[in-house]
Amino acid sequence: MLQQDLVQRRKHDEIGDQLLLLEHPPVYTLGRGASLENLKDARIQPVHTGRGGEITYHGPGQLIAYPILLLEEGRRDLHRYLRDLEQVVIDLCADYDLRAGREAGKTGVWLDGKKLASIGVRAASWVTSHGVALNYGQDLTGFDPIVPCGLQGVEMISLSQILGEVARDDLEDRFCRCFSRIFGREIL
Amino acid sequence: MSNTQVLMPQMGESIAEGTIVTWLKAPGDRVEKDEPLFEISTDKVDAEIPAPASGYLLETLFGPGETVEVNKVVAYIGAEKGGTGSTPPAPATPAPEPQKVAAPAASVSAEVSLEDLRRQRSSPLVRKMAQEHGVDIRQLQGTGVSGRVTKADLQAYLDKPKAAPAASQARPSLNGEKFKYSAGAGDRLEPFTPMRASIAEHMVISRDTSVHVTTVFEVDMTRVVKLRARHKPGYTARGVNLTYMPFIMKAVVEGLRSHPILNSSIVDNQVAYKSHINLGMAVALDWGLLVPVIKQADELSMLGMSRQIADLAERARTKKLKPEEVTEGTFTVTNPGVFGSLFGTPIINQPQVAILGVGTLTKRPVVTEDDAIAIRHMMYLALSFDHRVIDGATADRFMAQIKAFLQDFPESLL
Repeated sequence: MLQQDLVQRRKHDEIGDQLLLLEHPPVYTLGRGASLENLKDARIQPVHTGRGGEITYHGPGQLIAYPILLLEEGRRDLHRYLRDLEQVVIDLCADYDLRAGREAGKTGVWLDGKKLASIGVRAASWVTSHGVALNYGQDLTGFDPIVPCGLQGVEMISLSQILGEVARDDLEDRFCRCFSRIFGREIL
Repeated sequence: MSNTQVLMPQMGESIAEGTIVTWLKAPGDRVEKDEPLFEISTDKVDAEIPAPASGYLLETLFGPGETVEVNKVVAYIGAEKGGTGSTPPAPATPAPEPQKVAAPAASVSAEVSLEDLRRQRSSPLVRKMAQEHGVDIRQLQGTGVSGRVTKADLQAYLDKPKAAPAASQARPSLNGEKFKYSAGAGDRLEPFTPMRASIAEHMVISRDTSVHVTTVFEVDMTRVVKLRARHKPGYTARGVNLTYMPFIMKAVVEGLRSHPILNSSIVDNQVAYKSHINLGMAVALDWGLLVPVIKQADELSMLGMSRQIADLAERARTKKLKPEEVTEGTFTVTNPGVFGSLFGTPIINQPQVAILGVGTLTKRPVVTEDDAIAIRHMMYLALSFDHRVIDGATADRFMAQIKAFLQDFPESLL
């Protein structure tokens, strides 16, 4: 897998830090500690991944950002890393004049009490992988057959539900800007 | 035999424990230092933990699914294969346990013995700890499997007697416990960015290091305003925007030349007079503050100074400063006036000994020398200085010189 390869190469300092921005075809993924209880439709075959967290859905209309970063000495704190990722999305929302925030104990970014972005990460020798899934498209029905992140009763929300159609290019640009500000890295 | 302890790593300040997801090596396996040894998970994060040393994995103390406090030993790596990590190999003649086991299990006494046995059969680590502290494990109530005494049980027992005297000795808390933040509904918590953390640390250190005193002067900038208006087009033609900053920087350079103590640092009860004047200029950013440094400002013309100021400010805002461009300042100028502040009482930029704050430039009615009232361009300058090495008289003489220089700014410099 691309990510694992990049992580290996980052570990050995063959490459610099990377930020992967992508979109997944419809897929249900499970984190390491995930239980199948949160899957309401038994016909779905979820994919096991190496990230942390419970089940989630990925598909078109989501911005997937996977930073492959070697966290520097002062930032070797995985909670801090989660909060930093959240901040990127919060800043991104502020850029769209939306006020998103956190909910205590529920990692992710929330808007109007609904979940806008999910986070699940992995670290190997302080090299990160996996990351953020941010909903921006219209279609959120992919989440219907699951209890996203194991949070009962959680509702998902997407940027386009508030802003109307969101251009992916523009979204990626803004994401990169916010990301480089929080992580002190220049996007090349 | 020196075995290496493998600890549950601290993966973050607020992370107190980790759950073992899987061991990537089995006891007996050869492991190389930095090779992934096990995986743990904490809220939303999975982490692969590398081996701290090369050798053989001797023993794992916790299995998948078990949650372990940070810094607890989870395994041992040894130079040689075999054995368990924490204790020397068992003596050739073991304790008389086997005989007890062999006894018929029917009688009550035998059951007690079994119970004893279970309790004794704690992990090697616990047994060793108990031995070190002279504790008989059988005296403890175990909470582990089959009543095994776990490390936590033993630790709790060991901590108990200590807890009481500690409480009676408790001093009135001076650590601000009383003023602690209490969470309110809807509060948004945001961790410090590295920049914020560094600013916060610097501010506290500076306040605790230097004895800050601030003196404020009022300067008539009318002449500078006129000079600027007259020369601005010429500067624009050369691609530079002429602001008030280079005028002030020039005056500061003159003041520092005459009063080198303001361009110094304190080192172990000595004053280090700096050979160059490197002027830091605070640049406010949306996300914090940076202080790029105009190196050897004493060698720059007004045009050169203007260029440097514009260039550094621009690159500070676009994050293109090089690390060496924000270090080695010998004196700092900050300009809260751009936001309308009359004057501030700035905090010294360590290891410097003084900082000049520039207030806003406004037109005010002023009583002139000949007792008339005139409209003049006025500005406050506030100097915070380290009173350990700079006396009030020195600071005020320095300020008076800057004031005089600005009020009578030599046009030839432009």
